[in-house]
Amino acid sequence: MSKRLKNILTPIIALLLGIIVGTIIMIVTGYNPLDAYAALWEGALGNPYYLGETIRQITPYILAGLAVAFAFRVGLFNIGVEGQFLVGWLASVWVGLAFHLPKFIHLPLAIISAMVAGALWAFIPGLLKARFRVHEVIVTIMMNYIALYVCNYVIQNVLTNGKERTGNVPDSASLASPWLQSLTQNSRLHWGIVIAIICCFIMWFLLEKTTRGFELRAVGFNQDAAHYAGMSVNKNIILSMVISGIFAGLAGAMEGLGTFGYIAMKSSFTGVGFNGIAVALLGGNTALGVFFAACLFGALEVGALNMPLAAGVPNELVDIIIALIVFFVAASYIIRVFLERISKKEAK
Amino acid sequence: MSFMQILMIIVPSTLLWAAPLVFTALGGVFSERSGVINIGLEGLMWVGAFTSIVFNLTFVHVFGNATPWIALLVAMLAGAVFSLLHAVAAITFRADHTVSGVAINLLATGLTLFLVKFIYNKGETDIIQKGFNKIDIPVLKDIPIIGKIFFQNTYWVSFLAIIVAIIAWYIIYKTPFGLRLRSVGEHPMAADTMGINVTKMRYIGVILSGALGGIGGGVYAEAISSNFSHATISGQGFMALAAMIFGKWHPLGAMGAAIFFGFAQSLSIIGSSLPFLKSIPSVYLLIAPYVLTILALAGFIGRAEAPKADGVHYIKGSR
Repeated sequence: MSKRLKNILTPIIALLLGIIVGTIIMIVTGYNPLDAYAALWEGALGNPYYLGETIRQITPYILAGLAVAFAFRVGLFNIGVEGQFLVGWLASVWVGLAFHLPKFIHLPLAIISAMVAGALWAFIPGLLKARFRVHEVIVTIMMNYIALYVCNYVIQNVLTNGKERTGNVPDSASLASPWLQSLTQNSRLHWGIVIAIICCFIMWFLLEKTTRGFELRAVGFNQDAAHYAGMSVNKNIILSMVISGIFAGLAGAMEGLGTFGYIAMKSSFTGVGFNGIAVALLGGNTALGVFFAACLFGALEVGALNMPLAAGVPNELVDIIIALIVFFVAASYIIRVFLERISKKEAK
Repeated sequence: MSFMQILMIIVPSTLLWAAPLVFTALGGVFSERSGVINIGLEGLMWVGAFTSIVFNLTFVHVFGNATPWIALLVAMLAGAVFSLLHAVAAITFRADHTVSGVAINLLATGLTLFLVKFIYNKGETDIIQKGFNKIDIPVLKDIPIIGKIFFQNTYWVSFLAIIVAIIAWYIIYKTPFGLRLRSVGEHPMAADTMGINVTKMRYIGVILSGALGGIGGGVYAEAISSNFSHATISGQGFMALAAMIFGKWHPLGAMGAAIFFGFAQSLSIIGSSLPFLKSIPSVYLLIAPYVLTILALAGFIGRAEAPKADGVHYIKGSR
């Protein structure tokens, strides 16, 4: 069995195992799995409205997945996508509300501000990793909570007068599209999906086709070798975190300028950043893989909302399945051992 | 409001908010000292909180006043069993410890909320009848001044947490078991050469972290939130992780940091009723634990260094 085939088979087996265990849980708790999966399918793709909502959900998942995957490729684990996503969301809405400009300036400005905010939020752990060798996992987790509380504070005390949510961004800074909405029976589908797909292409091009991308990957494979070859490990570490933060910030702009058009106070995380980890892992940290994994998770999350009504199954079941997929991808060592056994038997 | 009165509000409240953090942070110490990174602490607290509340609601008419304590034991068991998933993935299946921890967190939130809907047909449980109540500690409460501040209107679990921290310190630093646990986290190959079973020690470390994380969640649910919903545990596990790092992977250090974070948390809640704190926005108190942890890691407040083999798989025969 070739290595390439194994790399593709491993996530698929993890996916199947996740679904199998999810099904077992449903059978044990007395729900009907067939009804549940039918409701899931119907709720994700059943009519234009659901399809529009699914694509809308896929958009931030692609970007969050790219953010996690990009850092992974350079050997860094950015758990802070959630925080970078939140500050990006906040920055985009802030700029959207603060200025009155023509659309061709205002919208790009709001999007860029989200990218800058995400980049800055990721720059701090990148710098600490490069300068002090502080583990980025811990710093990014802490930065998530700082982002959560700071955003809530800004919403309540700076953007509004003690209110729970801001007003809507004006049309000049909005990604919303009446045309796309009418096409999908008034779903919240917006132009962000185009940006997300472009970003997939950018990530692939940057990593695979440029010298800088080669350096970044080299640092990811072996820092000592990269250093020996004359590459600046520290510079590449910071750069990768910044680019990762840009993707995460963009994901925030998708919610701030597209889906919602405002930002509200949050009692806990949205989960987009953490699902980004699942997306990146299942997608094997490649641009194309992230795209497909985001489509899967987006469809699962949106389809799940139909499950309580149509099949009486709690929508948290999908969260369990996603968690199991992450678990099985993480433990893929055992899947690989299994695949190797099979291919050895075939060879004999 | 006199200074004495302020202390009488702040100290019990600090110790109450610190208790779940102390337990969970100690769990983190056991796991990471054995060389397994555990960012699944949050998920283990979810499991503990869920189990204790469900047990409490179901069996309150059987056990009466002892219910919260028995529920805490059940939460401990549930946490330990759930942490086995992390142990199997991270130790036996050689999964990346951080990824496996993320999976534990996702799985715990999904599974507990799913089960709440399955059992109660709604998004949150009822409020428990018998939780941990305020008590005055006999004898000690009569000590002048100190008794009033520390031992009146307080909770048993706060003191239990401190006692457990001292026991954990004794186990990790004064017993052969503790020495073995630490050696496996620092240099597993050397430990293996000396005949210590690395895999077994690491399993024990993770299971202890699950047990303590389960207690932490149970304490939070039964003493503070009194029910279980999607917002019951929101970041306490990660704050406990921060406390463990801020305390430099030392049981007593972790306890101290947890008490300090509990102080910050309780101030952000009761601060509005204290005259001199009204003017400070609560956001500073909310983010203080996290900012301080980053500063500690960067070496501005004494360098925090993890055990050498923390997060490193031990594969027999490889160098």
